[in-house]
Amino acid sequence: MNLAYRDVRHNLFRFVLTCLGLSLLMAVVLAMIGIYNGLVADALNIVKAPQADLWVVEAGTQGPFAEASKIPGSTRDAVARLHGVADAGGITYQTVEASHAGDTLRLYVIGYQPGHLGGPQTIAEGRGITQTHFELVADRKTGLALGDRIRLGRDSFAVVGLVENTMNSGGDPAAFVTLADAQTLQSQLAPPAQRVQTARGAGLLESADTVAAVIARLEPAADPRDVAQTVRQWKHLGALTQDEQEGILIGSVVDRAKRQIGLFLGILLTVSAVVIALIIYTMTMEKLKQIATLKLIGAPDRTIIGLIVQQSLALGMVGWSFGLILILLFKDFFPRRVVLEPVNAAVLAGIIVVVCVAASGLGVRAALKVDPATAIGG
Amino acid sequence: MHGDRMPLIEISGVSKHFGEGDTRVDALRDIDLTVRQGEVVALLGPSGSGKTTLLNVLGCIIDPTQGRVTLDGELVFDGRWLRGDLRRLRLDKIGFIFQFHNLLPFLSARDNVALVLTLAGKSKVEAQARAAELLDYLEVGHRAGAMPALLSGGEAQRVAIARALANSPRIILADEPTAALDSKRAGIVMDLLRKLAAEQGACIVAVTHDEKIYDRFDRLFHLRDGVLESEEGEEP
Repeated sequence: MNLAYRDVRHNLFRFVLTCLGLSLLMAVVLAMIGIYNGLVADALNIVKAPQADLWVVEAGTQGPFAEASKIPGSTRDAVARLHGVADAGGITYQTVEASHAGDTLRLYVIGYQPGHLGGPQTIAEGRGITQTHFELVADRKTGLALGDRIRLGRDSFAVVGLVENTMNSGGDPAAFVTLADAQTLQSQLAPPAQRVQTARGAGLLESADTVAAVIARLEPAADPRDVAQTVRQWKHLGALTQDEQEGILIGSVVDRAKRQIGLFLGILLTVSAVVIALIIYTMTMEKLKQIATLKLIGAPDRTIIGLIVQQSLALGMVGWSFGLILILLFKDFFPRRVVLEPVNAAVLAGIIVVVCVAASGLGVRAALKVDPATAIGG
Repeated sequence: MHGDRMPLIEISGVSKHFGEGDTRVDALRDIDLTVRQGEVVALLGPSGSGKTTLLNVLGCIIDPTQGRVTLDGELVFDGRWLRGDLRRLRLDKIGFIFQFHNLLPFLSARDNVALVLTLAGKSKVEAQARAAELLDYLEVGHRAGAMPALLSGGEAQRVAIARALANSPRIILADEPTAALDSKRAGIVMDLLRKLAAEQGACIVAVTHDEKIYDRFDRLFHLRDGVLESEEGEEP
C-alpha cells in the first residue's frame, strides 16, 4: 500500500495546484537553459554556416565577431592562390536597422560573393541569390516573406529566399546580400554627408572594396594550421582556424552571457529547492498527528520517510514534467531562440531528484521527531 | 473471576517522573497492576493524575523511570527496554483505540484496517480479506470503501476498533474510546469491546471519564497523584 500515492490522491486538487506553481518555476529554469543553448547555437551557426576551415582577418584582431576587422577585398584572390586552399570568399558582417511594414527590423546583414564561400547553406523556401544586385535571402525570424521588398540604405532589395535559424549571438536574424551590395551599404552615406566628405577631400584615397574577413576552404590534405601560418607571414593579415574562431566566440562573446545565465540558473534552482522544502515541510507538519498514529500502530521509520520522500519526488517530477510541457509549447513565442536538448531536460531531472531528496530532509527530520504519544489524547 | 486466567499485563514497581529538583513531577508512583486475559479494566482519575502516562507506559511509548513491565508473558522492561524494536512489539502485541479514532484520512475504512496487516508483513490479498472480515464482524462492512470523513462517529470508532484488532493483539489500550459518542453508541461500543476481549482472549485497558459506562468494566482503578487504587479499595 503506497501511502504517498494515497495521500496525493486524497488531496489531488491541492497537489496539482502546487505542482502547477512549481512547474512555472521549472519552466523558467528550462527557458534559461534553452536561451543559453540558443545563444551558443546562434553564435556558432553564423561561424559554422560558411563551412570554412580558415578565417583570414586584419592582423592583430580576433575578427570579425569578437573584434572589428577590415582587410582589402583583393585579399580573396591572394588567399585563393595559396597552396592547399580549395576555395575562398570575401565576407562582411554588419547590423542594420530597416523599416518594413511599419516595423523596425534589426538585421544582421552578411555580404558574400555568390559562387564562393559565405552564402546560406540551406534555403528553406525560395532560391539563393542569382543576380549581382538587390536580391536578399533572409531568416524567417525577420518576418519577411518571399517577394517582399525592403529598403536597406538607399536601395530596395527583393526577398528571393528564406533560411532558418541563422542569427548572430545578439539574436538579430541574418539577411544575405551580395558582397558588392554589402560594401555599398557599408560605405554609402546620406547625400548631404557625402557632399561634405567630398568637399573635404576625405575618402578619395580610401577604397570601398574592403571585407571583414576572407574565409577559405582547404583541400582535404591541407593542414589549417600550416596554411594559417603561411597567411600570417603577410604582416597585415591574421589567420584563425575554424576551431580557434569558434573558441573565441564562445570564450569572449558568449562567455559573459553564459556566466550570467549560469548564475540565474543557480539562483532559480536554489529557490526551487527552498520552495520544495517549504512545501514538503508544510505538508509534513499538517500530517504530524497521522505520523504519530502511524508510529503508534507500529509503522517503521522507512514507511514514514518513504511517505515524505516519495511525495517530494512526485512533486518535483510532476513539476518538472509540466514545466517541460509548458516550455515546449511556448518556446517559439520567445523573442530569442530557445534550444532544449534531451540531455538538458535529463540533467535538470537529475538535479530535481537530488534537490527533492535534500529538500525533504527538513520534513523527514520533523516527522522522525514526532512523539507517538501525541496520537493519544485530544 | 479471572484469577485463573493468564496475566497479559503485569507491571510492578513502575514509577515515572518528569523533570528534576523543584520542577520534578511524579506522574506514576510505584504502580503494581495485573490484567488478565478477557478482563476489561478502566483507569479513572482527574486530569494530571497519570492515566495517560500509565497508558503510554503500557503501550511502550514512554520509558518508566523504574520498575518491570511484562506484556503477554514477555518481560519487556526491567529498568531499561529489553527489546530494541518497540514499534514491532506494539504492532504484534498491542492494539490502540483513540478518543477521536485517528483514522488516516487518505485511506478508506478497509485500507485503514489493512494497513496494520501489511505493516506486519501480510500480503495485500490477505490484508484486504482480513480487513473486510473484521469490518463485517463489527457491522460496518457496508462502509468498507468509504473515506473516514464520510463515516459517522460510531462507524469511525468501529473502524478504529477493527484496526486495533487487525493483528489479533492480546492487549488493547483505549484512550477515552467513547468520548466522542452519545450514551447509546458508547454502550454499544463497550459491549462490543467486552465481547471481543472474551472471544479473542485479549484484555482491554481503557482510560475513561464516562460514568455511564463504568458498569461495563470488570474492574475500575483510580489514579490519584500517580498512585493507583482499585475502586473496591483492594490492591490492584
